[in-house]
Amino acid sequence: MTEVNAGDTAWMLVATALVLLMTIGLGLFYAGLVRSKNTLNTFMMCIAALAVAAVTWALVGYSIAFDGDGAIVGGLGHAFLNDVGFEPREGTTIPHLVFMAFQATFCIITVALVSGAVVERMRFGAFLIFAALWSVLVYAVMAHWAFGGGWLIANGTLDFAGGVPVEMGSGFSALAAALVVGARKDYGRQAMLPHNAVYVLLGAGLLWFGWFGFNGGSGFSTGNSSVLAFTNTMLTPACTLVVWFVLDLLRGRQVTAIGAATAIIVGCVLITPAGGFISPGWAMALGALGAVPSYAVIVWRPRTRVDETLDVLAAHGVAGLTGILFIGFFAQKGWNGVADGLVYGDAGTLGWQAIAAVAAPAYAFGMTFLLLRLIGLAMPLRATEHEEALGMDIVQHGEEAYVTGEGAILIAHEADGEAAKGVGSRV
Amino acid sequence: MKLVIGIVRPEKANDVLEALYRAEVRGVSMSRVQGHGGELDRVETYRGTTVKMGLAEKVRFEIAVSDEFVQPAIDALCEGGRTGEVGDGKIFVVDLERAVRIRTGETDHGAVTPVRK
Repeated sequence: MTEVNAGDTAWMLVATALVLLMTIGLGLFYAGLVRSKNTLNTFMMCIAALAVAAVTWALVGYSIAFDGDGAIVGGLGHAFLNDVGFEPREGTTIPHLVFMAFQATFCIITVALVSGAVVERMRFGAFLIFAALWSVLVYAVMAHWAFGGGWLIANGTLDFAGGVPVEMGSGFSALAAALVVGARKDYGRQAMLPHNAVYVLLGAGLLWFGWFGFNGGSGFSTGNSSVLAFTNTMLTPACTLVVWFVLDLLRGRQVTAIGAATAIIVGCVLITPAGGFISPGWAMALGALGAVPSYAVIVWRPRTRVDETLDVLAAHGVAGLTGILFIGFFAQKGWNGVADGLVYGDAGTLGWQAIAAVAAPAYAFGMTFLLLRLIGLAMPLRATEHEEALGMDIVQHGEEAYVTGEGAILIAHEADGEAAKGVGSRV
Repeated sequence: MKLVIGIVRPEKANDVLEALYRAEVRGVSMSRVQGHGGELDRVETYRGTTVKMGLAEKVRFEIAVSDEFVQPAIDALCEGGRTGEVGDGKIFVVDLERAVRIRTGETDHGAVTPVRK
């Protein structure tokens, strides 16, 4: 067994915190994309993922993902964090606890990503139930396939930082969730515009920043693969941005800010599975080429009846799939020390990348569809039309994002509840 | 020539705009206002402080119309703005003394008639 390495551990502690920040960045990104009356609810769905997914991960999700090498699911040996301590995690030089915490942040953000499909109408309570079950039944299972010794990684599928569980997992689950929950009442009838593009840009920036921990930490060390993934995380989104600008110019003669924020996400997603496997040159090519399919889906999706509200499918599902397949062609043993792609002489790699690109979307879509249908039998998934019109902030949380305070009358501080009468007369 | 002032729920503003459009009433201003019309107060809580929101967000439409468009404008406001709950808003119709279209200097009836192309 290897020893714990101080440098590796120090970096992984930082990387874990970086990935956790991404969920807040995502909250800001999503909140800016919705209408002002749904700002808080949208942000709160990301906060809910922080709450629920971290708990389910510690209770059982981590064990299902990372205990043993069963083909489909892991064991329950690490349930309740049993045997997760200071010794190095097998195959790494970092404490098992840090490894668990780092992986937990991945589960959290993936749950938060899915919420983008159902914002502005799904009931908060129903989302909490969904988040708890989804984090175990979908995320943990797919993480086991790709990271934890399951059938994909065992057969040689290359997925550096989560093209399978995180990106395709969230993207195709989002499509299923949008279909089950249904479109917003005004969808296709009224324009529903992002209410704060600055939030969107700032959120995208925080996500990119955090993504250096996400990809750069997925080598679990400060070794070559981490360094390569870290650097590629800078290069790929930059290329995606440039191409996105060009596509925007061709289509609308103007470069858009919301488009740029989207391009940052798409670029980061593209390099997520490929980060530690392809050369910086190919990473730049991936960023440029990979922009096209996601752009196409973003243009096409709003013309359909499917209200996959914040385009999780295009930004994460499609870009994740593109990245996974790209590895099959351009992986380079000289850079990654693991495997070559088709272009460098190994067609077998492409085969298992392709299988992952079919299996992951199919499982994520099917399982999420089923799960939401079952939850829907037990409780209503969405707010009523009247509540949707009022906005989810007031209806679900009793708060507003942009409260003026004018005309607000103090009723009581909770601490002095019985003094309510006296305080109320102070108006 | 009248000024029709309609105060409606913000979430019904789009429905009102659609109804006005269908009634071919084209000249409209709207503004966000806060008001109170006897509806139930909404209670919100911020960090242990509970407040009653005495004023509710409303949208105020101002529509200057020639006499034959007064009833269609009122109908559109009612049709688009009604939910049946307390707080749907009010409509006030007041006489309009003068109206001037700034671009052309046209006055009164000419000024409140939409430009036809």
